[in-house]
Amino acid sequence: MRAPLSLLPLSLDKVVFEVGSRRIIDAISVSLEAGPRTVVLGPNGAGKSVLLRLCHGLLAPTSGVVAWNSAEIAGSSRRQAMVFQRPVLLRRSALGNITYALKLAGVPFAQRKERAMEALRKVGLEEIGAHSARVLSGGEQQRLALARVWALRPEILFLDEPTASLDPGATQEIEKVIAALHAAGTKIVMVTHNLGQAHRLGDEILFLHQGRLLERTPADRFFKNPASPEAAQFLEGELPW
Amino acid sequence: MNSFSEAAGQTFSLLASADAKLVDIVLLSLRMSITAALIGGVIGLPLGAVIAVNEFRGRRTLIVILNALMGLPSVVVGLLVYLLLSRAGPLGSWGILFTPTAIIIAQTILIMPTLAALSRQVIGDAWHEYREQLRSLGETKLGAAPTLLWDLKFSLVTIVLAGFGRAISEVGAVMIVGGNIDGVTRVMTTTIALETSKGDLPLALGLGFILLFIVLALNAAAYVVNDTAQRRYG
Repeated sequence: MRAPLSLLPLSLDKVVFEVGSRRIIDAISVSLEAGPRTVVLGPNGAGKSVLLRLCHGLLAPTSGVVAWNSAEIAGSSRRQAMVFQRPVLLRRSALGNITYALKLAGVPFAQRKERAMEALRKVGLEEIGAHSARVLSGGEQQRLALARVWALRPEILFLDEPTASLDPGATQEIEKVIAALHAAGTKIVMVTHNLGQAHRLGDEILFLHQGRLLERTPADRFFKNPASPEAAQFLEGELPW
Repeated sequence: MNSFSEAAGQTFSLLASADAKLVDIVLLSLRMSITAALIGGVIGLPLGAVIAVNEFRGRRTLIVILNALMGLPSVVVGLLVYLLLSRAGPLGSWGILFTPTAIIIAQTILIMPTLAALSRQVIGDAWHEYREQLRSLGETKLGAAPTLLWDLKFSLVTIVLAGFGRAISEVGAVMIVGGNIDGVTRVMTTTIALETSKGDLPLALGLGFILLFIVLALNAAAYVVNDTAQRRYG
């Protein structure tokens, strides 16, 4: 059997997204390749989260094209995943939340539990598999959301400010898991407001401003010497030094 | 006042001796109302779920109508079911007017909109929270409805209990379509109405106590179910 063609690169061609007469995303064209971790930065209202949702297919562009290298077949399991700012978990056990996702992904019943347990181990939650997901702490819930992603083994993972409501300790745990996912071969595309995190986790930066993609720069260069004046201003405003 | 204390005394002896007539009436009431609540739930909850997760033309209108039907006057339901089932009516050939089946139909019609409207509300709120995540995982709208129903099962049990409460305390429709026939369609509420007008207060009062107790027990059960689920599952 031939291995399925890779989803990546993901190409956006003049993608526009409007709500009423308000233009949230303004003609963004970009190609996201497998490999480097992409971090999306920009001030509030720049359209970062909307861009992620357009890529992931949760929103349909008003005009323009979002195209994968090989189209996902409708009805078959998804090879892309997303982690939201606030993890959405069902009222069942931690393990049950993962096996549910595996069921949707078409994983045979006999394999689900084992794969779910393995994913829980990867994020250090193997002890709480039987606990109810929604009574876990915020950090544990987000790790569980990442374990759910891990079990699905997606080619690309979108993260929308995954640590925005977590304390530093929990944030560190989440960053470890994201790094491990990347090391295991998953393309990372992350929106964050935390510049330190962008620095730690980003290989390249997409800088968005008022719905437009102003620059795409390797991370180390972006923080030292951003190409656009808006990005320079953004960094100045955000960085404490 | 004397008649009340006298009646109360006789009531307790009726209750204590588990009077056969009284027990029969209570069991009949329970059987019909439980059946109506179950049927209402089987129809109403999935209906609520489907309306909650789907977008279609006329959805808002349907929601408004369902909400309005929650306040459906029971005598009107009784009258409509009566017209449907009476000999000259479109379903007259079924010959089920003045039978327990007719009562169950009336009670189901009465509570089904409540079950659908309340579950639509609960499931709609959850859907609002889950939608992106479930779609991200590849869940279809068809699949989302049962997932949500299962996820919210404890809230939905409370809703079904509320429906049962309305069914068992209902009198107008039951009187019209059941005919209050002794031993066949005479339930707690219609007995209370009849015995009160006849002046047989002990039986009426006894049934009144039992009805109150059932409604109280139901609310306690609903509270415990919700509270336990809240603490265990969040």
